[in-house]
Amino acid sequence: MLAMNYRGPYRVRMERKPMPELLHPEDAIVRVTRSCICGSDLHLYHGMVPDTRVGSTFGHEFTGVVEEVGPLVKNLKVGDQVLVPFNIACGKCNFCKQGLYGNCHESNPMATAVGGIFGYSHTAGGFDGGQAEYVRVPYADVGPTVIPEGMDPDDAVLLTDVVPTGYQAAEMGGIKEGDTVVIFGAGPIGIMAARCAWFFGPSRVIIIDHIDYRLEFARNYAKCEAYNFKSMKDPVVFLKRITDWYGADVCIDCVGCEAEGNPLQTLSGRVMLMQAGAGTALQWAINSVKKGGIVSVVGVYGPPFNLIPIGNVLNKGITLRANQASVKRLLPRLIDHVQSGRLDPKGLITHRIPLSEAPDAYRIFSSKLDNCIKTVLVP
Amino acid sequence: MANSENFDYRQIPGWGMDADPENEPTYPMKNYTGDDHKRINYERSQQQEPDVEILMSNERPALSRVFGNTVPPSGLSGAIRRYAFRHSEDSYRHWLPLILADRVNMVEGVIDDLSRGYIPDICTERGWKAEWKYNPAGVAKKVAIAAAAGLLIYWSCRKKHSKS
Ligand SMILES: NC(=O)c1ccc[n+]([C@@H]2O[C@H](COP(=O)([O-])OP(=O)(O)OC[C@H]3O[C@@H](n4cnc5c(N)ncnc54)[C@H](O)[C@@H]3O)[C@@H](O)[C@H]2O)c1
Ligand SMILES: [Zn+2]
Ligand SMILES: [Zn+2]
Repeated sequence: MLAMNYRGPYRVRMERKPMPELLHPEDAIVRVTRSCICGSDLHLYHGMVPDTRVGSTFGHEFTGVVEEVGPLVKNLKVGDQVLVPFNIACGKCNFCKQGLYGNCHESNPMATAVGGIFGYSHTAGGFDGGQAEYVRVPYADVGPTVIPEGMDPDDAVLLTDVVPTGYQAAEMGGIKEGDTVVIFGAGPIGIMAARCAWFFGPSRVIIIDHIDYRLEFARNYAKCEAYNFKSMKDPVVFLKRITDWYGADVCIDCVGCEAEGNPLQTLSGRVMLMQAGAGTALQWAINSVKKGGIVSVVGVYGPPFNLIPIGNVLNKGITLRANQASVKRLLPRLIDHVQSGRLDPKGLITHRIPLSEAPDAYRIFSSKLDNCIKTVLVP
Repeated sequence: MANSENFDYRQIPGWGMDADPENEPTYPMKNYTGDDHKRINYERSQQQEPDVEILMSNERPALSRVFGNTVPPSGLSGAIRRYAFRHSEDSYRHWLPLILADRVNMVEGVIDDLSRGYIPDICTERGWKAEWKYNPAGVAKKVAIAAAAGLLIYWSCRKKHSKS
């Protein structure tokens, strides 16, 4: 089968790989119909995630058709059209049972700090991902969800990660009616977080980035205010000023470890790898939220640590909330939002590229070319 | 005393008095069940049989019930990864060697390609076609800078040569 193959930082190619096999009685094999490239894949593509082995296939956002099921799979049958959450979750451990499907303890032996994720390095379990024609899907009765009748497949594929992550980013913000919410990062996740923030009743949603076409897109798609931090002398002072010198009620980091905007963070985190990427956006979030405010983090940071102003978290009494999105927990609510027409996930898709051209697709998304927001690969 | 088996913490004056079950900072992300106190004694699926070498975090007692079996450790990068996994996820000696192993692995990948008589097509792999299509000015700038740097090195080498 055809699969994307990682060769080292900024190098991926398409190659023939052996078909995946059932390795566990609860596995399924899924023939991929759509798979996306995510901002998280860029961290792998840029060589930022430890234990990303040459020969790996990425891809954690995909839909497909069930081709084969193991003997213990009860809820799925061959031919089912499914959307597959990016987290691999057993459904039985204490974490899964409490709804923390992104923190399953039985899907990743290689690290305890993160659950298993499709196509996301050996640090996240060493599974091949969905940027391929076929993929092995463990715990097939838990994660994979049959795509509801009539749902657009493009909406379905975004329900595997972007929509739940954006929604959970807002949910973790504990947004109250009338709040001012500031979101860092106008990538697919930040834009979706801005859109979903409105479900919780704020009076202002503000998004910050430095790429004008993305800010423009966010303004239209998420009906929010959008500002370019390159045009500000100091983003924190700017945010203080536009929130009556009080600070935002809630700040959300949708950037993660490849942030720009602070030369010291960039040098130590992205060039010298002395910390797990640049903590610029998180630093700005902590410093521009009000005292007693909430900072929600979905932007991904790797091990071992980052330089962030933890003293200000203490002195300002900030609540810090963060996680990998718990896709399965949120799906019923989000499917309802999509089916009722309140949410339009497919509106984020700007590029539809054949799987065979994945190397170009990575470059387009990574270099932010051709006004790219979200790319779908089609086998 | 606090370490002994029959120590009853419930006897401490005021134990649990101010506990507020509503104060669950992770709500609604977490539906608190209380099972955390049962630790890792939960019901499990069948064990996937390891068919390749799996490196395991030393912060857990056994493999998770499923895991990925892709690209097992091999070669020099594999040896570095095995060393890394002797240290916990808390340690720099875990993560830095893993990053090093990734870079070594990249070179191993090229050697492997060449040994199979395959010359990796770096232009395609790096998506330069797309870069050229959508950002010709950027590509031209990069090429110009590289050419200028090349010329500069060439000239300075020739100068040294002619002096000696
Ligand atoms: N927690 C989860 O479950 C989860 C799931 C999916 C993605 N993510 C993470 O979310 C992050 C965003 O993903 P994406 O797909 O939108 O990626 P993306 O790369 O498309 O978007 C990131 C955006 O942040 C902007 N940016 C850079 N520095 C900034 C700064 N200092 N302040 C404000 N904006 C800045 C970039 O210009 C870019 O537009 C990534 O770190 C990704 O790994 C997390
Ligand atoms: Zn993703
Ligand atoms: Zn679990």
